[in-house]
Amino acid sequence: MAKGMTSVTRKILMALSGFFLLVFLLQHCAINFLSVISPDTFNEVSHFMGTNPLIQFLLQPVLAFGLVFHLAMGIVLELQNRDARPVKYAVNKPGENASWVSRNMIITGIMIFLFLLLHSADFWFPELKVKYIDGDMTGMTAEGHFRYYEELQHQFHNPIRVGLYALSFVFLSLHLMHGFQSAFQSVGFQHNKYTPIIKKLGTIYAIVIPAAFVFIALYHFINA
Amino acid sequence: MNLTLKIWRQKNANDKGKMVSYNVTDISEHMSFLEMLDVLNEELVAKGEEPVAFDHDCREGICGMCSLHINGEAHGPDRGITTCQLHMRMFKDGDTIHIEPFRAKAFPVIKDLIVDRSAFDRIQQAGGYISVNTSGNTQDANAIPIPKADADLSMDAATCIGCGACVASCKNASAMLFVSAKVSQYALLPQGQVEAKDRVLNMVNQMDKEGFGNCTNTGACEVECPKNISISNIARMNREYLSASMKDD
Ligand code: HEM
Ligand code: SF4
Ligand code: FES
Repeated sequence: MAKGMTSVTRKILMALSGFFLLVFLLQHCAINFLSVISPDTFNEVSHFMGTNPLIQFLLQPVLAFGLVFHLAMGIVLELQNRDARPVKYAVNKPGENASWVSRNMIITGIMIFLFLLLHSADFWFPELKVKYIDGDMTGMTAEGHFRYYEELQHQFHNPIRVGLYALSFVFLSLHLMHGFQSAFQSVGFQHNKYTPIIKKLGTIYAIVIPAAFVFIALYHFINA
Repeated sequence: MNLTLKIWRQKNANDKGKMVSYNVTDISEHMSFLEMLDVLNEELVAKGEEPVAFDHDCREGICGMCSLHINGEAHGPDRGITTCQLHMRMFKDGDTIHIEPFRAKAFPVIKDLIVDRSAFDRIQQAGGYISVNTSGNTQDANAIPIPKADADLSMDAATCIGCGACVASCKNASAMLFVSAKVSQYALLPQGQVEAKDRVLNMVNQMDKEGFGNCTNTGACEVECPKNISISNIARMNREYLSASMKDD
């Protein structure tokens, strides 16, 4: 995949997949938040997202591809970059000139990936099974009401689950502390006035969005 | 002051190399770092030992030859300077100082602290120039109107001395800061437009061919750069690259 591409192309594609994931995360967060405001609306929107053919058969594969691409490219970059310095320094002080978050994107990224595996096992894979293997597209429980909100509450019953989710969002936050503004730099956006604003926005995004996810999980844990 | 030096010694490109410990005494805090190494070398020569090989030329911060990774940082702990401009007053009596060559696959060690930075020359040859015919009636460059801001940014980029500290500091051994400075100094001027497309494509290709790593925007390069070259040049190069890739021949 990365062969025949220059380092700058790889960099720009990494940023574009990053942007895409940032937008996805925003809508995911907004929909989750509905579960706090109104369980009924949350159920309806979940049902729409889960059954709309455009979302299921176009956007969902695009998302899966974007994520796998970002992950694979991240690993390729890391391997190539390690190879570019075969003999390490005996004494090195990387903290003197670059932040921890910027130097450890692969670590925070892989932690996010592990979370995504758990998260898929919790919600996405069961969802796929019910809909496309069992063929039940109604989104209803046996009692005849939407099942989404209940499933959500059920998952966040477990304190270990909630703890793991919260921890994962710390890694996501660290990833985005660097990633958000980095993606703009990668696509060549640098501006005396706007770049400082983007950096602030990035910090806000990297704190507020993961915090909102954690808040939602805690809310359901406490109210369950 | 008295110091313990731990210096990378390596006989030649094929030797494995190792850190060797030396003691130097009576070092003046006014000496430059290279003068301190001169003192060590004179002692080694007097004892009949092989002196430590290190690169240097101008010793006034303009040629970019002096390199060295000192106590974990390219050009040592000071900012905006080369090693020849680093003074011993940055250190304390009794300090242990680790001195290593710049490390990168694209900068192989030749001997001791000397590395081969000719990869930079080959990148430069791939496109870091403009073609001007010396026909006898060449247009006076000063007759071409250039916005002051662009001229300033171009001059800032052109102050890059090709020292390689950016590569040495980067956790990915990426040469993006150097290459972006060389692309930017032309991209900002009308004279650079004629060959703009080929320049950025060819220089990036050559950079990759030399085995430098991928940039991940950590920003270490601009912190360690003796000429304070800004990573906004990297963003400019990425822009140039994007637009060049989309243009027909
Ligand atoms: C699947 C797990 C993930 C892995 C292994 C991963 C890995 C990486 C790596 C190695 C980088 C390159 C470092 C750099 O260029 O700065 C990166 C950049 C980035 N990532 Fe991720 N990441 C993952 C998930 C995510 C997610 C879920 C998001 C957003 C919601 C995201 C957003 C970004 C952004 C915005 C960048 C910056 C791109 C750039 O610098 O041009 N990543 N990621
Ligand atoms: S960009 Fe700075 S650190 Fe890199 S080669 Fe040029 S002067 Fe040296
Ligand atoms: S010897 Fe020329 S810059 Fe240091």
